[in-house]
Amino acid sequence: MHELSVASAIIDTAARHAGGRRVTAVYVRAGQLRQVVPESLAFYFEHVARDTLCEGARLELELVPARLLCEACEHDWKLDEAVFRCPRCGAREVRVTSGEELEVESIEIEEGACIASA
Amino acid sequence: MHRIRVRVVEDALDANNTIARANRADFDRHGVTVVNLMSAPGSGKTSLLERLLAGGLAGSRVGVLEGDVQGSLDADRLASLHVPVTQLNTDPGFGGECHLDANMVRSALPELPLDEIDLLMIENVGNLVCPAEFRVGEDVRVMVSSVTEGEDKPLKYPLMFRTCDLVLVNKIDLLPHLDVDLDRFLSNLDLVHPDVPRMLVSAKTGEGVDGWRDWLAEIVARPAAVPA
Repeated sequence: MHELSVASAIIDTAARHAGGRRVTAVYVRAGQLRQVVPESLAFYFEHVARDTLCEGARLELELVPARLLCEACEHDWKLDEAVFRCPRCGAREVRVTSGEELEVESIEIEEGACIASA
Repeated sequence: MHRIRVRVVEDALDANNTIARANRADFDRHGVTVVNLMSAPGSGKTSLLERLLAGGLAGSRVGVLEGDVQGSLDADRLASLHVPVTQLNTDPGFGGECHLDANMVRSALPELPLDEIDLLMIENVGNLVCPAEFRVGEDVRVMVSSVTEGEDKPLKYPLMFRTCDLVLVNKIDLLPHLDVDLDRFLSNLDLVHPDVPRMLVSAKTGEGVDGWRDWLAEIVARPAAVPA
């Protein structure tokens, strides 16, 4: 269910940047904390893309690991389970430095073939 | 055909967030504080609202926006409490969206009596995943997690538990009948969202609901943030 909403948002974003041209690939960065299931996203992406500029486009998904930084002792670590507390000094003041992205990084489009108005 | 790669670098939810900000500005202009109430299905959002509204809110006028995939069962329940209730069904979407988004709330704005209320409670669709992703223009997010859901939910749904401003732990009247370990739930909550305010409540007995009422009254009294 979640992936359906995310797929729709990705396709809308990609189409908006396509300038009316056919999109052949969409490059997406999804942070680990967004809990996106890649297979599920791919399934919905293909489905939702039908009858849009993204129909038939490839979804290139990069999963970004979650990294945290302790604001007390500056320890930096990769999050393996959902524990938002510094494993070194125990501080609760931690900052997520990566892993919250849900970003359309780039799109690949066919140049010169405008099939719809932007 | 020649293919080119175009850099986009845009949050996929930017469009939603932009509309959410517009909603927020409209709410602020009318002096309405907005709460996005979220939980899994069956956690007791509607029952807690019933308890809350039955006791009034110390001079604040409350309205409710009910989000459901289908039907108006919840809205019908609340309407008997003499508060303005607006129903929003997500059904016309793709098989019924599992959450409210900013645009759906925007479409309901003309039906909301914004000049007659101080606080709008938006009851989101029951779901622990999607609603966390979609801001709708709320000031605060309150989530309900009932003790029957088990101790591990914060660890399984960190996005939802991390994004809320208050956790209502509901159905505490059932604790004597359950094997659930409340302390373990609370320590899991602290692992995922350290020090997030939490209240133990029972929609059934009314225990703890006054505390929630006070919390809301404080939020309503808070001056609106100047929109960025």
